Amino acid sequence: MEFFERFAVPHPSPAIYASMVAIGLTVIAILAGLTYFKKWGYLWREWLTTVDHKRIGIMYLISALLMLFRGGADAIMMRAQLAVPENQLLDAQHYNEIFTTHGVVMIIFMAMPFIMGLMNFVVPLQIGARDVAFPRLNALSFWLFFMGAMLFNISFVVGGSPDAGWTSYFPLAGTEFSESVGSNYFMIAIQIAGLGTLMTGINFITTILKMRAPGMTLMKMPMFTWSALITNAIIVFAFPVLTVLLAMGTMDRLFATNFFTTDNGGMDMLWANLFWVWGHPEVYILVLPAFGVYSEVISTFARRNLYGYKSMVASMVIISLLSFLVWAHHFFTMGQGALANSIFSITTMAIAVPTGVKIFNWLLTLWKGKIVITTPMLYSILFIPLFTIGGVTGVMLGMSAADYQYHNTMFLVAHFHMVIIPGVVFAMLAGLTYWWPKMFGFMLNEKIGKSAAWTIAISTLVAFMPMFFSGLDGQARRMYTYSESTGFGIWNMISFIGAAGLAIGFALIVYNVYYSVRYSPRNISADPWDARTLEWATHSPVPEYNFANVPQIDSIETFWDSKKKGHIMFKGDYEKIHMPNNSGMPFIMSCIFFAWGFSFVFAMWIPLIITTIGILVCMALRSFEKDHGHYISVEEIEETETKLRGAK
Amino acid sequence: MNLKELFPRNQVIGFVFSLILTAAALTVYFLDLSFQAGMTVLLVTAFIQAAVQLVLFMHAGETEDKGAIYTNIYYGVIIALVTIFGTLLCMTWGYI
Repeated sequence: MEFFERFAVPHPSPAIYASMVAIGLTVIAILAGLTYFKKWGYLWREWLTTVDHKRIGIMYLISALLMLFRGGADAIMMRAQLAVPENQLLDAQHYNEIFTTHGVVMIIFMAMPFIMGLMNFVVPLQIGARDVAFPRLNALSFWLFFMGAMLFNISFVVGGSPDAGWTSYFPLAGTEFSESVGSNYFMIAIQIAGLGTLMTGINFITTILKMRAPGMTLMKMPMFTWSALITNAIIVFAFPVLTVLLAMGTMDRLFATNFFTTDNGGMDMLWANLFWVWGHPEVYILVLPAFGVYSEVISTFARRNLYGYKSMVASMVIISLLSFLVWAHHFFTMGQGALANSIFSITTMAIAVPTGVKIFNWLLTLWKGKIVITTPMLYSILFIPLFTIGGVTGVMLGMSAADYQYHNTMFLVAHFHMVIIPGVVFAMLAGLTYWWPKMFGFMLNEKIGKSAAWTIAISTLVAFMPMFFSGLDGQARRMYTYSESTGFGIWNMISFIGAAGLAIGFALIVYNVYYSVRYSPRNISADPWDARTLEWATHSPVPEYNFANVPQIDSIETFWDSKKKGHIMFKGDYEKIHMPNNSGMPFIMSCIFFAWGFSFVFAMWIPLIITTIGILVCMALRSFEKDHGHYISVEEIEETETKLRGAK
Repeated sequence: MNLKELFPRNQVIGFVFSLILTAAALTVYFLDLSFQAGMTVLLVTAFIQAAVQLVLFMHAGETEDKGAIYTNIYYGVIIALVTIFGTLLCMTWGYI
């Protein structure tokens, strides 16, 4: 029994035991359901082994939505705990664990896979490619992310959740103050998911640079693809810092090294420093693809081309560089002098310039446009005023002298939620609604979609505006309760109502999916939004090979020109198409990675050595494997094309 | 084909250059330099050495990808320098 004691949760409560039962029952239900409906073969052939970028994209999106609800449940619990003074719903330890997992889940396991999902689905279609440059590596990226996310998510029922905040600052996250395995989970799970992200970065840079359709020069790429290229460049330069940082943190916790300790020559502040060297570019990794989505949506529904294409591209390139120059504004109060703080204050202000260029380009696109308010467009328009609130308060926080007043309060919490929710979540929901017909061949209901958008936008304001006031009044973040005499009670109650409203908004989105699956008409055209970019030139849902003929590009909006000016995009007869083979290796290797991570978390060295060998064996097998893919014959293409054309 | 084309001129220059740089780095051990001076010599020779390897032996500039490869290297170097000097600024020079 001694062996199993390490897996016990150090700080259990009825809620955690209930979760254990619920998780157990869900797993049994899924396994039983798969067996009963005889879906194991389907699952394995069509999903677990797939290397198709579209299916991988959809799996990313499903994972992101699942994690959105996991992180959302954390958020509701936090707001419920703070809704009234001296609340006893959660104790301090649980509150610590919940705000930590909320942050990690929302940033790394919700926002990241959401953008990865849209990039996976859309980018190869927008550049007229058949798949990404390294399809199998892409599958490995997804499964590594998925296993990292799962490893992180079992922490609260096996061994205890991390509780040192999503930034996991040392010395708090060191073994002295965090004795449970929670912070090990933080280090290892994010490490595994981060490896997947780094691979995606390399994969997509190669895809975009090397696999564009003939005639599509860099300056003729759609704006979402441009944003994906810049984002992946930032990933490739920023994520190695995280990899090294987490490795150092792991060594401090498990091998008693002294990188971030307070004695023996260690420097605890270096964790905060390096964390934000990765962490600030990470903000732009999240927001640039979101800006790319807005560019596509706004140009489509303003019914005109995007204003200032070149300045859009230039501003993204400048943002990618500046994003590496501002990180110290996350810890202005750590003790640097005025000189260092002033330098980072100025670079922070400088980022507002290229961002402003983008905002004005969107406004000028809308100006003289024939605006059609659809659900994606509604999100994009609601984004502008809400994001402005987040942006303006960001300028306040960016002034290092004033930051001494705001830092570590609910003001900061309100600021970054007002940036991330309109900036990232709205964009992802807009993108999901926008590309949904391309993914599944039917549209989401507009009426329910719009009411969800309004509910989410209003609830965001109700949930986060009060925090600005309670923060300025002195309510510190991450405090699990407060006394009645502070007067924070009313603000937090309003905030809780807003959080409940957000829950309703997201429930409406789920209902919309259910409703549309049942009732939405299936006989839509391949281009239901009357859009402008290449992905709308193929069928919905997209056939395995994307385009029967490779499109010929000669302008920024070739597809639009083909619709309006009779330009011919697809020339010549069908030829046989070369496609990559499916493979179970990425999934199996990632399962071994999961076991590897689990052994690492609990410092079980023998399983760790065995799984490490397993990973190396997988890599060796891949090196010696001969897999030249397969061809889709011309007859098969004709058959598919006739069938899909008939469906319209 | 004449002898000039067969002779691997660049590689020989690179090889000689590497030898010189290694010898220069070795002097730090034999000469009685201060810590700062020694580290300066080592850092300078190390970076020149890395550049020689990249350009002459790893053929950085010989394919049509030349532009992408150099952009990548320059960008990486800039980010690395910014990170290192920014960290020094925060943690050492600018720290009260």
